[in-house]
Amino acid sequence: MQPLTNKAQAVNRAPMSFWERLYLINIIKGMFITFSHMFKKQPTIRYPEQKREFSHVFRGLHVLNRDEAGRERCTACGLCAVACPAEAITMEAAERQDGEENLYREEKYAAKYEINMLRCIFCGLCEEACPKDAIYLSETFAPANYTRKGFIYGKEDLLIPNPTTEAAAFAAAKGVEA
Amino acid sequence: MSEQTLFKVTIDNITVEVPAGTTILQAARKIGGEVAPPAMCFYSKLKGSGGKCRTCLVEVAKGSEKDPRPMPKLVASCRTTVMDGMEVKNITSEKVVEARAGVVEFLLLNHPLDCPICDQAGECHLQDLSFEHGKSGTRYEFQRRTFKKHDLGKNIQLHMTRCILCYRCVFTADQLTNKREHGILDRGDHAEIATHIEKSLENEFIGNVIDVCPVGALTDKTFRFKNRVWFLKPMDAHRDCPTCSGRVTLWNRGDEVFRVTARKDEWGEIEDTPDGQPGWICNTCRFDKKETSDWVIEGPREINRHSVIAQGHYSGKIGTTKPNETFTAVNDGRTPQLLMDIHDESEVNQPSIHLSQTKGPSHGETFNNNKA
Repeated sequence: MQPLTNKAQAVNRAPMSFWERLYLINIIKGMFITFSHMFKKQPTIRYPEQKREFSHVFRGLHVLNRDEAGRERCTACGLCAVACPAEAITMEAAERQDGEENLYREEKYAAKYEINMLRCIFCGLCEEACPKDAIYLSETFAPANYTRKGFIYGKEDLLIPNPTTEAAAFAAAKGVEA
Repeated sequence: MSEQTLFKVTIDNITVEVPAGTTILQAARKIGGEVAPPAMCFYSKLKGSGGKCRTCLVEVAKGSEKDPRPMPKLVASCRTTVMDGMEVKNITSEKVVEARAGVVEFLLLNHPLDCPICDQAGECHLQDLSFEHGKSGTRYEFQRRTFKKHDLGKNIQLHMTRCILCYRCVFTADQLTNKREHGILDRGDHAEIATHIEKSLENEFIGNVIDVCPVGALTDKTFRFKNRVWFLKPMDAHRDCPTCSGRVTLWNRGDEVFRVTARKDEWGEIEDTPDGQPGWICNTCRFDKKETSDWVIEGPREINRHSVIAQGHYSGKIGTTKPNETFTAVNDGRTPQLLMDIHDESEVNQPSIHLSQTKGPSHGETFNNNKA
């Protein structure tokens, strides 16, 4: 066959010399490379005692946001669900009634909101589609589980703690300011 | 009818022959596509509508063959009839594009940014209009107008803040019902759709105001907040109705009928029935027949593929028939041992809750949510 490039080299088939047949020099060369690694910086992270920092653009588990007064921001507009390429998000909307104004920000709210984490591909399109600043991808990932049942995340799993009624939990979830 | 005089009219360099007395807008719709100016208040099935919203403004570059002078101002194409040899510029005219952007800005001055809540979102003419012809920002810095809430009965929900005062619903009530019970009260900034005083709209054909409303000001209370239109499956269906044509579009979720509307054509207007009459539907069909067994289903409705409603829908019969469960067949009759039924775990779309059966919007307790 005609060579496509001129990079091909013929294999040297000449018989090995005495020193080459001993392999000693090559073994010493190899051992030297191995030995030199003892003085290099270790790339290994001793998880879970040590943890690598997340990137600023890391997309992890979703949270459903509340406003400053602790009201749910989500109005079940369905834009996250329609943007979701994996069809992981489902929801059911309800009308806010009198006396629920401190719970929900708008006239309509998501009575049920579910993300199927088995389907989710963490692309972040829901976050981008949300017109109400209601859904964000956080810097945590879904913990492993033995059954698939644990991966259906409902509203109680996703909502952030209420800053007015659960101030301690809210502060803990917020973490330390970097 | 005797010989009709045909007028030659050129719109955006496309010539079409229309009978005398046709409006520019109707002539442009005959050509179709982008040539047709948008219309918010004009409704070809309602006599007297048009001339209010100014979104259909066009430039007449040549008045007619006999009088070739251009018209001095932009004209409302829904109210201006064609002349022989008229030359009209719609999207080819910079003046029109600029004026239309201004009109959209005016229409949106008092229109709330309600789209995430509004049931009309996805099939709203104002959304389409502002997307296609509007500007991305607003220069308005003041409070938008607000109104005292008005109850129009158990079937029709009024959101006056969203109204653009197109008068279509007033014409509908005038021309379809014996007695109009709602209208525009007050004037200027205070003008509002209302009944005098606090009556509910009960006429058998009054539900059609929901279909003619170009925005979400009048919406179906029996469908309120139940689902977004783009998650529903539009199906053509008919029923033997003693009062109306009975030709409707069902908006299904699974096998449940969430909403019933009249069939709409590409201009968002009510389709004609085969005998040439507009296919208005009665309140019984619209609000009370929410069972699949009430209807004879003809097939999935064709939706323009640029519409958000078409997302996730396949054309033709695909998606309208249920696939068979093949697992046991390919596994020698064995059933899977580790099968998760999503309904065991998921709280959404529970088979025990029938949203189509509930009148009006659902509340927390509809989903057994004892939070309130």
